[in-house]
Amino acid sequence: MVELTINGRVVHANEGEMLLAVCRREGFRIPALCHHEAIEPFGACRLCMVEITKKEWKGWSNYVTSCLYPVEKNLIVLTDSTKVIELRKTVLDLQLARCPNSPEIRQLAAEYGVNQTSYEPVVDGDNCILCGICTRICEKMGFSAISTVGRGHDKVVAPPLKEAPPDCVGCLACSLNCPTHVIPYIDNGSTRIIWGRTFELIKCSKCGKPTITRDFAESLSKTKSIPAEYFEVCDECHRREISLTMGSIANWEREAAK
Amino acid sequence: MMHIESPKQLAEYRKKCVAEESKYTRKVLVCCGPGCLANGSQKISDEFKRILSSKKIKGFSIEALRDTGCHGYCEQGPLVIIEPDGTFYTHVKVKDVAEIIDETIAGKKVIERLLYCDPDTAKKIEKYSDIPFYSHQTRIAFRNLGRVSQCDINQYIAIGGYQALAKTLADMTPEQVIKEVSASGLRGRGGAGFHAGKKWATCAGIQEKPHYVICNGDEGDPGAFMDRAIMEGDPHSVIEGMIICSYAVGSNQGYIYVREEYPLAVVNLQKAIEQARELGLLGENILGSDHSFDIHVSRGGGAFVCGESSALMKSVAGEVGEPRAKYIRSVVKGLFDKPTVLNNVESLANIPVIIDKGGEWFSKIGTSTSTGTKAFSLVGKVNNSGLIEVPMGTTLREIVYDIGGGIRDGRPFKAVQTGGPSGGCLPESKLDLQVDFDTLTKAGSMMGSGGMIIMDDRTCMVDVAKYFLSFLVDESCGKCVPCREGLYQLHAMTVAVSEGRATEADIEKMEKLSDMIVIGSLCGLGKSGPNPFLSTVMYFRDEYLEHIRNKRCPAGVCRALIQYTINEKCNGCMACITACAHHAITGKKKEPHFINQELCDKCGACYAVCQHDAITIT
Repeated sequence: MVELTINGRVVHANEGEMLLAVCRREGFRIPALCHHEAIEPFGACRLCMVEITKKEWKGWSNYVTSCLYPVEKNLIVLTDSTKVIELRKTVLDLQLARCPNSPEIRQLAAEYGVNQTSYEPVVDGDNCILCGICTRICEKMGFSAISTVGRGHDKVVAPPLKEAPPDCVGCLACSLNCPTHVIPYIDNGSTRIIWGRTFELIKCSKCGKPTITRDFAESLSKTKSIPAEYFEVCDECHRREISLTMGSIANWEREAAK
Repeated sequence: MMHIESPKQLAEYRKKCVAEESKYTRKVLVCCGPGCLANGSQKISDEFKRILSSKKIKGFSIEALRDTGCHGYCEQGPLVIIEPDGTFYTHVKVKDVAEIIDETIAGKKVIERLLYCDPDTAKKIEKYSDIPFYSHQTRIAFRNLGRVSQCDINQYIAIGGYQALAKTLADMTPEQVIKEVSASGLRGRGGAGFHAGKKWATCAGIQEKPHYVICNGDEGDPGAFMDRAIMEGDPHSVIEGMIICSYAVGSNQGYIYVREEYPLAVVNLQKAIEQARELGLLGENILGSDHSFDIHVSRGGGAFVCGESSALMKSVAGEVGEPRAKYIRSVVKGLFDKPTVLNNVESLANIPVIIDKGGEWFSKIGTSTSTGTKAFSLVGKVNNSGLIEVPMGTTLREIVYDIGGGIRDGRPFKAVQTGGPSGGCLPESKLDLQVDFDTLTKAGSMMGSGGMIIMDDRTCMVDVAKYFLSFLVDESCGKCVPCREGLYQLHAMTVAVSEGRATEADIEKMEKLSDMIVIGSLCGLGKSGPNPFLSTVMYFRDEYLEHIRNKRCPAGVCRALIQYTINEKCNGCMACITACAHHAITGKKKEPHFINQELCDKCGACYAVCQHDAITIT
């Protein structure tokens, strides 16, 4: 166990834990846009930065991304110091110049009193904040179908050569986890279109509702050794089947007890 | 080639190499460094080979003709040096080769015409060691450049190469090697200035294996080519430094990360590694010891950010070259998440000398906190551009005036930009600063990897900031917001200043934004990114204000704020009319010309061609 002070309150944490997790657990609100529990911390959005110091640092302090900073003994953390707030404001102001139409960014910026960007709006700015959650989660899923392309201000998220990605299985992990909802997809009953590719959606053999894409099911049954038939039934019908089974077991047990 | 099994065998092998070398009393050294090659030195070397292969000269054989690494004095290139006299020929052309062979090599006569002419005394100087450009330098990292063929292990061994390695493996423990490097006080030459000894000791002390050694050859600063010269001209000293390092930190695998834009460096390093492997200096059980080490050359795609250690390691591992936060340092968790020592080319090239002559010897050169020498590429509006190496603590004035020979065309000095794109510009009042890690940082610039760009009064500092910021906007990896968006906006605001669209409040806003970029960015590129703006606004604030208040560019550079006009000195020579691509100049022969401002693009072509000082910039 490590003892540290956050905003004047003494808290305890496990060795190796990251500051952001500890702060949030203790109820201190810290914004973050590139953070996702399923993937490694990244440190790109810079909103989770906090001020840290120690008694022995003699007044010197440092600014670190709390998502990536492992807790240390006797650390003194300020999650909302003047400089930290100024930094968050600046970052949101800059983001707003790039994505003026994103409701999520607008709302977060407004919380910090930034209603309008004070910078020159970026020409051709879209609502992608380049947090990299989509590409990192795609890699984590085992597909790496998309990645960031280019660098600097021209960086974009795209499939290889900006063509329909051959490794994509249409799992939607990228789109559903995007904090600003900028990865579009179309589901029309039997097919799903994403990243310029069209995927067949499996129909539930019980109720007929679309479940997951055929490619995703095949990939899962291959890599995770799940029987292919499992994916022929939707989650809802699976649950219904389980409840029926559990019910019959209960009935059978009652009968047996008599 | 034989496989050397022990330090003793290496000593014997060296004797053979020395005997072979001593056969050639007279040597012709043709500089094939980047600058001279660009000026056609390869053709000169070929011409030497062509003539010498059919001509017999008493006491001279064609083996004594050497394509060497960079001599440093690029301004005077292509260079040819005749040893043992050190006769120094400048601006050599292909047609001069036959004369050099007949007169100097066969006849032992000096060709006056090709000698260096001192601009102050107008006297010809024969030996290069007497030329001020060289006499003020101390060469350690560059010690072999220009002395031996670019890629010849036997010549390298003959002049003492791999002796330090033999000493390390035979007589020293890894702890002793680290102690020696620590005692030398050597600090990272890539710019960060971290103590090499400390880094090695940390890595050596970590139980987790394997350990890696990486040489950072991703030199990306515009105008800098020190590391390139070493990798091309003296690859063996880098390799030797790496093997010594690997022994000290207990590593069996090393990587040299070179940018793809340095094709000759890639070829020469690979050739040198192959030669070292054949001799048994790389591979299993080096010189019969228990230590095994090999090196792989990893080529980078040319992204500036890949010079940053964590981005570099990702690139070596085949991932996208993006930096990570280094709260856990790469010496603990680096390449493939294993302990990694990463040193710059120049740092590693210093290692064999430190082992050879001792850390104490090295620590006596330079200042107390920055020991040894530092290589710089001196470029810009200076008379003697080229590569130099001076002891730490040498003043900027000595570099610019004594070695650099002052400003071109006798114009006044305005600023010196050090530390590459994210370094800063220092004004004339700072010329007496000692060049070392701490002094430059305190003055608002930085050492960087050693780029040094000299500027005269015709340079606009707003324009300089704009240029470097645009470089950084392009080269930012785009991962973190302050760097990607912040530098973009900072650049946009600098453009507004240069076009007279900014207000005084904007300067304050830029300073605040810079402060946030410095605090908020993830890696060194972003953290030092606003430096071009911060240092110019610190030392040349008036120039910014002149652009804002009076909509005037005092240096006559910023296109939106200047006007070209023709004054009374015009004699109607029509040169400007021919040069103007926009047909903006009218006038008849021998009659004063006139510039139509509506059509003028302000490209400055007229200004450049006018021989009569008849174009005024206002």
